[in-house]
Amino acid sequence: MRVVTLKINDQEMSGREDEDILHVAREHGIEIPTLCQLDGISEWGGCRLCLVEIEGSAKLSAACVTKVSEGMVVNTESERLSGYRKTIVEMLFTEGNHICSVCVSNNNCELQDMSSDLKIDHISLPYRYPARTVDASHDLFIFDANRCILCTRCVRVCDQVEGAHTWDIAGRGIQSQLISDLHQPWGESDSCTSCGKCVEACPTGALFEKGKAAGEMVKDPKFLVYLADMKAEKS
Amino acid sequence: MSTTEVKALPKLATVWLDGCSGCHMSLLDMDHRLLTLLEKVDLVYSPLVDQKHFPDDVDITLVEGAVSSESDLEKILMVRRHTKILVSLGDCAVTANVPSLRNPLGVNAILERVSNGGLPKQPDTVPLLCAHARPVHTVVKVDLYVPGCPPSADTIHTVLTELLAEKTPDLHGITRFGL
Amino acid sequence: MIDRKITQQISSAEDLAKVAAEQLEWQAQYQHRVFVCMGTACQSVQSGAVLAALQTEIKNKGRENECLVSPGGCQGNCASAPLVSVPEQDLLYQTVQPADVEEIVDALAGKPVSRLLCDNKGDFFSKQNRVVTNHRGLLNPESIEDYIAAGGFRALLKALAEFSPDNVVQELQKSGLRGRGGAGYPTGLKWSTVAKARAEQKYVICNADEGDPGAFMNRSVLEDYPFRVLEGMAIAAYAVGASKGYVYVRAEYPLAVERVTKAIRSAEKHGLLGNKIGSMSLDFHVEIRLGAGAFVCGEETALISSIEGGKGLPCPRPPYPAESGLWGMPTLINNVETFANVVPIITNGAEWYATIGTPRSKGTKTFALSGRIINTGLVEVPLGTSLRQMIFDIGGGVPDGHKFKAVQTGGPAGGCIPEEHLDATIDYETLMELGSFMGSGGMIVMDDSSCMVDVAKFFMQFCAAESCGKCVPCRVGTAHMHDMLDRITKGEGTMEELGQLESLCDVVKFTSLCGLGQGAPNPVLSTLRFFKSEYLAHIVEHTCPAGVCAPIGQDIRRPTCALSP
Repeated sequence: MRVVTLKINDQEMSGREDEDILHVAREHGIEIPTLCQLDGISEWGGCRLCLVEIEGSAKLSAACVTKVSEGMVVNTESERLSGYRKTIVEMLFTEGNHICSVCVSNNNCELQDMSSDLKIDHISLPYRYPARTVDASHDLFIFDANRCILCTRCVRVCDQVEGAHTWDIAGRGIQSQLISDLHQPWGESDSCTSCGKCVEACPTGALFEKGKAAGEMVKDPKFLVYLADMKAEKS
Repeated sequence: MSTTEVKALPKLATVWLDGCSGCHMSLLDMDHRLLTLLEKVDLVYSPLVDQKHFPDDVDITLVEGAVSSESDLEKILMVRRHTKILVSLGDCAVTANVPSLRNPLGVNAILERVSNGGLPKQPDTVPLLCAHARPVHTVVKVDLYVPGCPPSADTIHTVLTELLAEKTPDLHGITRFGL
Repeated sequence: MIDRKITQQISSAEDLAKVAAEQLEWQAQYQHRVFVCMGTACQSVQSGAVLAALQTEIKNKGRENECLVSPGGCQGNCASAPLVSVPEQDLLYQTVQPADVEEIVDALAGKPVSRLLCDNKGDFFSKQNRVVTNHRGLLNPESIEDYIAAGGFRALLKALAEFSPDNVVQELQKSGLRGRGGAGYPTGLKWSTVAKARAEQKYVICNADEGDPGAFMNRSVLEDYPFRVLEGMAIAAYAVGASKGYVYVRAEYPLAVERVTKAIRSAEKHGLLGNKIGSMSLDFHVEIRLGAGAFVCGEETALISSIEGGKGLPCPRPPYPAESGLWGMPTLINNVETFANVVPIITNGAEWYATIGTPRSKGTKTFALSGRIINTGLVEVPLGTSLRQMIFDIGGGVPDGHKFKAVQTGGPAGGCIPEEHLDATIDYETLMELGSFMGSGGMIVMDDSSCMVDVAKFFMQFCAAESCGKCVPCRVGTAHMHDMLDRITKGEGTMEELGQLESLCDVVKFTSLCGLGQGAPNPVLSTLRFFKSEYLAHIVEHTCPAGVCAPIGQDIRRPTCALSP
């Protein structure tokens, strides 16, 4: 695989040509915000937080799905980008019902962290207050749709790592919702193996273990990289 | 007496709308620092002091709680008219937080449930509920947002000290939603 | 109806010429030919009954051997449906009812039925230039024999025999044809990218997922010229090295689906699709795939996902389908009209084609005229025609004494162009400069009875409903923008919120994943650009100048009661 040299935020660096901007930047200590990207599963490109500016291109590019190339000049931080990122995170807060102080993931939540990183101290867009449900039918886990940001990390991990494909997204647009199997209670799902990978992959308190109180749910999806590496070696 | 002591101290007010009073508790958690703070500011109105009427010209007002009822609404509109710097203190004021849990359900469903199937005699007994519990800034202009549930005593101390020094406090890294 | 059906395989240009000659000879034995439009618009007002009545009438009069009544294609002026043409008299009858057929048959070779006559010499017809729709309805869309008689499949066999694949690509490049789906990407360049890609298998896809409100050009072309589209696809397959093709058409177009399905079967039967086309090296198999009506499936990556059996969700590009498309293979994907342009280009040459249009936008373009306009229907004009000619000469202007206000082009990603820009020409660049978009060719005319905020709200509602939900800005942003527009039309909007709306437009336009979200703010942006006063009237005065959100002069905030005077 060819190695290419490029510049990210004025910093010279090199990366393999099959790597994306997000990973090359990360390897060099530059963090690009994202909520849908997770190492160990496929890229999605849906949260749009990792949009970066590439010199010579009028369009913004999602760093998680844009491969590095020779001579590329990338900018990951600008007033414009941070403005866009703030609005997108605000959109997520208004789309669901996110009430941090009563959430199992309070203080262990990537959406909450993101709002802090982006210096969001209030939400200027109107809240939508959708009527959403909580599915507590599973023996071990709970799905609280109020906190779901539709990043599809659970969908991808269940399909690509566990091979069960219990989760998927039904509906479209603002009506999109996460469903198990053919939209039946999670506890009645025939495909779910109760492996809990979706819970670990979930960036918010939407998927959590039963019996956890506010702030108690700590997640660690790092094992997915290990599984992905094992799988890659085997094949 | 020196001339500086003649000059009136800035007036501080605190208001409690729909919230658990935790933000006011956090304010009290400043402990001994309250004493030094009170040398620099005149606390003119608060659930913590015995003052029935909101003064006309308050410099800083800290608002705890969401705007949930007609009475909250009236109050915050009045407070805004008489305040220079309005601070949304805590998640209930900033995001409507716990009070907003009812929002997706609708007022009628809530009243049915909490008053055992019948509607309470409104508005004689309790203020009418608004359709949604709302963040303060959706009703009136807010000058500073202090998220947190509750914001820590340290955070509130920073906010007040900075505002009294006529600076805009930078709260990044000090407080955030939920904390 | 007596239809002549051939059975033989066509394995050379000579075979083709022979079939054409025989068919022409067969047609010539009829003294009179009558075509009844069997397009969707005419069928919706019972042109089928007219066709049946004509056939019965001719049979009853014993004139089967001198009169041939055939189903025809769209004449364009759908507002006057059902339409019946008598080509040898150069007559077009409009709003024909089954009761009228006796008169029409009696008038063949005689004095025309004047009360039914449609002015087929008027501006609506004379100012058009028909390249894609050149048969003007005088072709039985379901008859491969008629298509061959009219010169069909000659271009394909010519390309196979006289051109190398490279030459075909060059010819397309020389012609200057640009994608008719709306974005205007140079077709030849796209073909050459796919041609250069190395892969065991390549695909050609015809994008017939026309979904813009007010657009029906692709439907009409597929209904009337299914063979020409297939022929264009086969030439493309030869040029890029593909052996398999798909026509992705929405299920809401049942007639187009039926005709394309029949056309594929018929072309395969005669050796004009399938293995060794025309006994030459090209193998090209075409299948039809039905879309379930999701607008986003018109986006090429979502369309490909849908063909693969997945949910119609777009993917970030690059990689473009030309490199990695259907099943990860290089895929050429073009619009119906783009493929329909291939045959005339190969037949008449790139130089001829390049003489039509403007320096940067070559050829003709079909448009669906609708809304507040007299001549609703399908038209084809050279690119570079002015909007004024289109709307006032061809379209006949605004009916009922109303005043023209704006024309919306480009579908939900397009914009509204006001009166002061009516002299602008219809081409890719000019429309873009005006904050609109060529799009696939929908053209909705609005008059003083249209409220531009309401129009923006309509398109935003469409985009919000059609957003696939994959990316946050489109999923949530369109919903917010729609709610804001809704509040403005109800007099609940504020200037602060208007600012927020503008900034949301910016975010959604530049951060959305695919064209649906990127284009969704355009109707708002263009109405804000040209009709800001209407927004201000709603927000500040609480009135609707067009009288849509409330009667003129009344407060839009007041709940209107249907019983109040």
